[in-house]
Amino acid sequence: MNKIVIENLSLQYTDGTESLRGINMDIREHAITALFGPAGGGKSTLLRCLNRLNDLTDVEEISGRILLDGENVLDPQTDIIALRRKVGMVFARPVVLPMSIYQNLTYGLELAGEKRRSVLYEAAERSLKLAALWDEVKDRLDDPAIALSGGQQQRLCLARSLALQPEIILLDEPTSGLDPISTGKVEAALQELKKDYTIILVPHSVQQAARTADYAAFFLQGELVEYGDGAELFTNPKEKRTEDYVTGRFG
Amino acid sequence: MSLNWALSLSYSINPDYTYMKSELTWQEFIITRAIKASGYSAIVFVALIFFFLLREGLPTLGEVSFSNLVSTRWYPIEDYFGIVPLITGSLIVTIGAALVAIPFGIGTAIYIAEIAPRWMREILKPLVELLGGLPSVVLGFLGILVFSPWLRVFLDLPTGLTALTGSLLLGGIAVPTVVSVAEDALDTVPRSYREGAWALGATKWQTIWRVTLPAARSGVLTGVMLGVGRAIGETMAVMMVTGNAPVLALSLGSLFSPVRTMTATIAAEMGEVASGSVHYHTLFFIGLVLFLISLAVNVAASAVVFRSKKRAERILS
Repeated sequence: MNKIVIENLSLQYTDGTESLRGINMDIREHAITALFGPAGGGKSTLLRCLNRLNDLTDVEEISGRILLDGENVLDPQTDIIALRRKVGMVFARPVVLPMSIYQNLTYGLELAGEKRRSVLYEAAERSLKLAALWDEVKDRLDDPAIALSGGQQQRLCLARSLALQPEIILLDEPTSGLDPISTGKVEAALQELKKDYTIILVPHSVQQAARTADYAAFFLQGELVEYGDGAELFTNPKEKRTEDYVTGRFG
Repeated sequence: MSLNWALSLSYSINPDYTYMKSELTWQEFIITRAIKASGYSAIVFVALIFFFLLREGLPTLGEVSFSNLVSTRWYPIEDYFGIVPLITGSLIVTIGAALVAIPFGIGTAIYIAEIAPRWMREILKPLVELLGGLPSVVLGFLGILVFSPWLRVFLDLPTGLTALTGSLLLGGIAVPTVVSVAEDALDTVPRSYREGAWALGATKWQTIWRVTLPAARSGVLTGVMLGVGRAIGETMAVMMVTGNAPVLALSLGSLFSPVRTMTATIAAEMGEVASGSVHYHTLFFIGLVLFLISLAVNVAASAVVFRSKKRAERILS
């Protein structure tokens, strides 16, 4: 099943830097899709289009359509708040909010108007378990979230977006600041999560893309060069440019 | 070991090196001493001022009976030295000013930092700074000629020179300080905090109220304290618009009658008092009380700010 259909998406920033040119892409449900390529290729830009976080930056022009369950995300009529609850996001640097671990988890739900404490607690516990963090923090949920280590913070951010029960999770280089052990934990959590969620990942290395991706898309300077089955793309790329990048000849 | 060897090598290779080194140490010596001296001098000056205040103000306690000092009548010509009405006058005007300055100041700071489009921000920011630079006597002039007559007619009061007038004017004077500092604090909150909240489906208002503002809390609080500090120490504008009647201000109704603040009392009477007289010492004593009040406010504020900072540091380490 295709969860997201991107049709002829183009985007231009005000300062003319990064942009997307004519992207066409179908993103599968219950799978990890990796968007990879050198910096400035438009991966994060594409990711930020999916939950309309780009609304707040200086976008000059955007055209094309992004259909999420058949509805155009880019439509000005779209309820952005509802969209962002449906499409969770985890950033490169863990953004823990200046409050306790527990409050970080329930924050999104409280914003959505949930007040029942039992519901909030269950959501916190469930999402912490999904993000493989429960055992490490269950005894100190009221500690300030900044006290956690970098890897724990990143999994907390993952748990926080999971607490809202989104359908799609966007991850923008979620492990770029983490040590290999924490990275392994996050990747393992993602493999579990893909059974229930649609995951779109911008990995911080080709190796991570190769390790995790069910489907992979190679971006180069705003262009989608190649998109296909992960195993296939990394072992037997069709495009010369993809092969050069994957084998490390440039990038 | 190898480092020593490399150093001795560089000495032998470069004969100028020792000379340059001593030159540098000399400059360094002078500069560090100069900086140290200017740092210490700030402390020394404050200590001297404090000492002066004590020397001139404390004799009051021997010259005026305590019951006289805490009475409610200030009439120095007939030896009534009750400073309570002056303290309440200062407090009511300052609290009123804070009630005006805090919501307006923080609101404006939020608007400039979070909501206003870029071009608007570039106009507003310098404008606020400019407003903060206006001499208070100019504002006092505005208050006495325009604001207080209008207030008198609008509220149907016997006089427009009231505590309320002073509060509103002082609030206006404190607003730019609050805005300027609070806006800087909001501006330094990392963009990623806001994006994190937005990505969770927070509205713009929820993000401001529950993420950005708490994250900038200590800076915002500093702005408020500086603003209130400015209000409590303000003299000229207050003297011009509050009517200067040393009446005990305890009820809400006294907002609408004239009051006299501690600062205004000192400013108005110091020029006409005989040096070394009881009245003279009492004025200094008022200054001492004012000093202690603003010291207490500052200590309380920095205690709050410092505590949160220490907590953050502990967590980060």
